Amino acid sequence: MLRRWVVLWIAVVLAAVACGGDGDRTAAPIEVERIVSASPSHTEILYALGVGDLVIATDLTSNFPAAAAETGKFDAFNVSVEAVAAFEPDLVILFYDPGDVVEGLEALGITTLLFSPPATLDDVFDQIRDLGEAVHRPDEAAALIDQMQGDLAAVIESIPETDEAPTYYHELDPSMYTVTSDTFVGGLFASLGLENIADVVDDGTGFPQLSSEYLLQANPNFIFLADTKCCGESEDTVAERPGWDTLDAVSEGRVVELDDDVAQRWGPRIVDLVAAVAGAVYG
Amino acid sequence: MGEPASMGRLKSPLRLWQLLAGFALVTGALLLGTMIGPVSISPAAVLQEILGRLPFVSVDSGLDDRMAAIIWDIRLPRVLLGGLVGATLAAAGGAYQGVFRNPLADPYLLGVAAGAGLGATLVITAGGSVDAVVPIAAFVGAVLAVALTYLLGAAAGGRRTGVTLILAGVAVAAFFTAAQTFVQQQNGDTVREVYSWILGRLSTAGWSEVVLLAPYAAAAILVLLMHRRLLDVLSVGEEEAEALGVNTGCMRLTVVAAASLGTAAAVAVSGLIGFVGIVVPHTVRLMAGSSYRAILPLSVLGGAAFLVLADVVARTALSPTEIPIGVVTAFVGGPFFAVVLRTSGRRT
Repeated sequence: MLRRWVVLWIAVVLAAVACGGDGDRTAAPIEVERIVSASPSHTEILYALGVGDLVIATDLTSNFPAAAAETGKFDAFNVSVEAVAAFEPDLVILFYDPGDVVEGLEALGITTLLFSPPATLDDVFDQIRDLGEAVHRPDEAAALIDQMQGDLAAVIESIPETDEAPTYYHELDPSMYTVTSDTFVGGLFASLGLENIADVVDDGTGFPQLSSEYLLQANPNFIFLADTKCCGESEDTVAERPGWDTLDAVSEGRVVELDDDVAQRWGPRIVDLVAAVAGAVYG
Repeated sequence: MGEPASMGRLKSPLRLWQLLAGFALVTGALLLGTMIGPVSISPAAVLQEILGRLPFVSVDSGLDDRMAAIIWDIRLPRVLLGGLVGATLAAAGGAYQGVFRNPLADPYLLGVAAGAGLGATLVITAGGSVDAVVPIAAFVGAVLAVALTYLLGAAAGGRRTGVTLILAGVAVAAFFTAAQTFVQQQNGDTVREVYSWILGRLSTAGWSEVVLLAPYAAAAILVLLMHRRLLDVLSVGEEEAEALGVNTGCMRLTVVAAASLGTAAAVAVSGLIGFVGIVVPHTVRLMAGSSYRAILPLSVLGGAAFLVLADVVARTALSPTEIPIGVVTAFVGGPFFAVVLRTSGRRT
């Protein structure tokens, strides 16, 4: 289930790159009382903005905060206009349109916002700001952005100077799909002074698939696993892969198990991800 | 196929030099496959490392543990897996073409691919500890599909002719493919995994998959090679073969069972690698004549070499990322086959 995000993220980023656009956005509604969120990142942002009580339905993967699990549920990946419209929302948030969903909802007079996965941290803040305006909470959005920026700056300031940047490999799934520094998540790692071993790969997607041979040769200082929940990967399962026992990160205990959700979403918990990574590397 | 068959009886089927050339080709491909990869390690060190692992040989390659692991845990099993899969698919393809007397027959003809695809997709979409279970599920699906094809074909009177069996295979494959597509459609999150399986890959699971495939590949190839003379007899014609005392129904069952079992095992560990089962036997046929006494043994060797070399391209062309090997076999194999077809046409 959680692995869907990786796949869709890649698909959507590819689409965004191909189109060179940020997706459709329509004018904010006059009044918002019933919100449907098909994006777990934006579900988290909505609750952080204090409008959680207006959220009446979320997609199956929206599991944070816990209250989101109590809302109506639907599958964002086989989303149908009718199913969403049945919740009688006045605002729908999507991060992915499987085909004409935005158009269909707009035709029914339902305001629909499509937020593509971000390429940079600034994109995230822009989305929080836009979402804040759409739900009439611009001040709360500004405060949330300030707080996140402050927290991030504090983490980054706390990291010690190093002579040589530590190298890392960030695993999205067991078939060794990863990110480069050109992606949003890769950018977070870069801001912590980490060097990505996948940056030599320029396949234009930002989400290349590495070969085991290359990984063994690169011998990164740190291995981050963002596939612990979806795929049950762990320090132990990684150590059992052929040849991986020879990696310094494995033999010296520098395999870091991340929470898939925190590592893949672009909500307020970005701060948690950055803190977890900084703690593992410099703590 | 009547004309080449009569030629085949006149020619001496398999010459020693052809066999030696085949072995040399396989050895060369295996060495090349082990020496070339995304990480450059000197060929001498690779050889020393492998020799050093043999009993009673004491050679120090001077490589550190990680480089040794790249050779021993990643490259070598992968190269051997490629060889086994290629040999099995090529032998199965050649055997199918003989037993059905149809040049377009390939190892996936009787629904192996569709059955394996359904089995693999069911397991992948169900999640869980995927790596260990997918090959088994694919294998079970493949064997079930072929069994169903055979039962259906036999029920429709397929004992006398292979045509009913082929048609039954078409029906079974369509049904299993539809089921697989439906399951995949219901589980959008695993699309990439399912596709990467369908495109075929020589996985990096180390030695376990080599060990998994080896016994099936060996048994299938052995049985098929034992039937090479009977396939020559069958190539004259079904009635003629019966008149010569061959129980064609029984023989077809044995050959189809062996080829399908081998293919199922190959598909289970490597996904669907197309083209090998058609191109290799036909290339051999064009170069060494149409007797199955030549085609089958040379296809085993040629298939192994072809797939190992194709995998070298898959691993290195876009290093450090990989191209699906099924893409490489079609991309490289197609033009190569066209050249062979053309030159042999000019010669005769």
